[in-house]
Amino acid sequence: MKLQTSMLAFAAVATTAGTASAQTEVEFWHAFTGRLGELVAEQVETFNASQSDYVVTASHKGNYSETLNAGIAAFRAGEQPDILMVFEVGTATMMAAKGAVKPVYEVMEEAGAEFDQDAFIGSVKGYYTSSDGQMLSLPFNSSTPVLWVNRDALSAAGIDPDTDLSTWQKVGETLDALKAAGQECPMTTAWQSWIHLENLSAYHNVPFATKDNGFSGTDTELALNGPVQVQHIAQMGEWAKDGKFIYAGRRNEGGANFRAGECALFTESSAGYAGIKAEAEFDFEVRPLPYWEGVEGAPQNTIIGGASLWVMEGQSDEEYKGVAAFLNFLSSVDIQAKWHQDTGYLPITTAAGEKTKEMGFYDENPGTDIAVMQMTANEPTANSKGLRLGSFDQIRGIIDEELEGVWSGDKTAQEAMDSAAERGNALLRRFEQSAR
Amino acid sequence: MEKRVTFKGIWLPLLLVLPQLLITAVFFFYPAGQAVWQSLFIPDPFGLSMQWVGLGNFEYLLSDKYYRASFQTTAVFSILVTVVSMGVALYLAVLADRLIKGSGTYRTLLIWPYAVAPAVAGVLWLFMFNTRVGVVAWYLGVLGYDWNHVLNEGEAMGLVVVASSWGRISYNFLFFLAGLQAIPKSVIEAAAIDGARFWMRFRTIVFPLLSPTTFFLLVVNIVYAFFETFGVIHTITSGGPQQATTILVYKVFADGFVGQDLGSSAAQSVILLLIVSVLTVVQFKFVERRVHY
Repeated sequence: MKLQTSMLAFAAVATTAGTASAQTEVEFWHAFTGRLGELVAEQVETFNASQSDYVVTASHKGNYSETLNAGIAAFRAGEQPDILMVFEVGTATMMAAKGAVKPVYEVMEEAGAEFDQDAFIGSVKGYYTSSDGQMLSLPFNSSTPVLWVNRDALSAAGIDPDTDLSTWQKVGETLDALKAAGQECPMTTAWQSWIHLENLSAYHNVPFATKDNGFSGTDTELALNGPVQVQHIAQMGEWAKDGKFIYAGRRNEGGANFRAGECALFTESSAGYAGIKAEAEFDFEVRPLPYWEGVEGAPQNTIIGGASLWVMEGQSDEEYKGVAAFLNFLSSVDIQAKWHQDTGYLPITTAAGEKTKEMGFYDENPGTDIAVMQMTANEPTANSKGLRLGSFDQIRGIIDEELEGVWSGDKTAQEAMDSAAERGNALLRRFEQSAR
Repeated sequence: MEKRVTFKGIWLPLLLVLPQLLITAVFFFYPAGQAVWQSLFIPDPFGLSMQWVGLGNFEYLLSDKYYRASFQTTAVFSILVTVVSMGVALYLAVLADRLIKGSGTYRTLLIWPYAVAPAVAGVLWLFMFNTRVGVVAWYLGVLGYDWNHVLNEGEAMGLVVVASSWGRISYNFLFFLAGLQAIPKSVIEAAAIDGARFWMRFRTIVFPLLSPTTFFLLVVNIVYAFFETFGVIHTITSGGPQQATTILVYKVFADGFVGQDLGSSAAQSVILLLIVSVLTVVQFKFVERRVHY
């Protein structure tokens, strides 16, 4: 007994001594590996070297889903990190967890840190703000879908590589020409639900879900079986049947086909830039995501994908000060501009975008500004601010299943979208109940 | 008269089985109890609040036609995996048993795949059948067959069955071979002298004498197909296309760890637990009667 007490005492002394001499530690859990992981590590090192009060320790916790699960499990065990990276579809889950997360604006306020919410790009921060306009998490990596074009493949099919691809009607004509010329893979896509339903809806200013896409209440219902969406999916289904649209998988499997030069057109995130630039041995180009001509309000603006940083509850004030300092550092102009240029992710502040422009980056790398323009072309509406749906990761799974039914010709677009809405709504109701 | 060693009193035997009981309680009964308890609530992911719903989770699940369809998928999948892995293993074991030279090498090579984790096996098979770069898919293309498990439900099911059975064949092979070697040679020789050909001997002597092994493997393989094939499904199809390969255990994972719906996930675990218990009881009650020890 005595021995134990003295050991405890010793341990206590050792830990207090440790914290007294060292800086306050801020734990940051993220989901990045490879090149992105290195860039995050670099940001953290730069921050740690720039001041002596805090030290940020970054840990990789697996992919997006795994990182979120790690955060949840840690919170349940009372071992949560200070900062947790959560992908955009987990936003509603985090927002509903009132006792588990501390809104970013609150962290900044309490720490007395300088924080100008207007400096952030509206359509980026909109995804992560409350209905009264307060930022709940800090956008970290955001991208938006664009159309990638293999110019060599167009030329080979006898099509002018500068041909107009701004609308789906024009894309349709090009696909016909590509197919007629014997192109095996005229078009493919990554992230089908995100691009061809979620973004399609925002871009055409139609709701993806009721209650302002879930922003004004958890009693939201899916509206993805509206005429605009059904017509688009039906057309894609036709193209799939004719071999003009090749389905490669639920995630970004199609990227391999495009980068290898097999596909002429590819709808994918703007953040596909680094990979395509590194691998593509052909002349490629970025175009804005096509829209349907004749739909009123199109093109509105596209919405983002990616992740944001959430601050977890239950830490000391000292740690929150460190968190505030780190988040401010991440959103500072130089860091953001570098991140934007290195990764192809969108800058989160207007100033970072402007700085990149001044540096001449867009002139040297044509097309890298398309995503920014597409996002900021119009002031976001209730339909194009973003999506806030519970169990959304799983709803995307349902949408994937239903879309596969259309691509294989088992279901009509209307049947598939109705079924997706019905099944998704059941999950939304359960989420509503759990968040009560 | 059976010969039994009996203990006097209760304390010594209890003490001897205590470690086993403790392990069972801590690692099996406690989590199972937790699952049953959780299945009666809809909790929020962070454990901040719980809504009592009674049997609501079960009602929700059983009224979902996609969940009900998953039972059929699981049945088809489990039967195929069990039949394929046991059938091939038995065939190989019979061949290995007849080998005189090089049987050691042959056996060792056959056992290797067992050391490969299911998820890794899944990736290996996916790589061979990848619609774009897969070697097998490419040769099939040369033969004029357009392999596409990304959209074709039958092909997807076939691929996960093969990938799940592959590693399992090694395990079953080991047991079958041991079982075959335990059959007294004199019995087989006697039959041979009586003029029974190989197939006749196999059917009337070897297979019945092998039945304890077969029965054991049947139980173990069904449990394997129900629970441990998760890694293969996750790496190859993620349950798709549509829901063609969404087996029950995969749905437990998807609802619990992708959907953060722990109530539904717990209820599914309970249902799965019941199914496997019933299956095992049925096997012991009915199939075991036909087993000759």
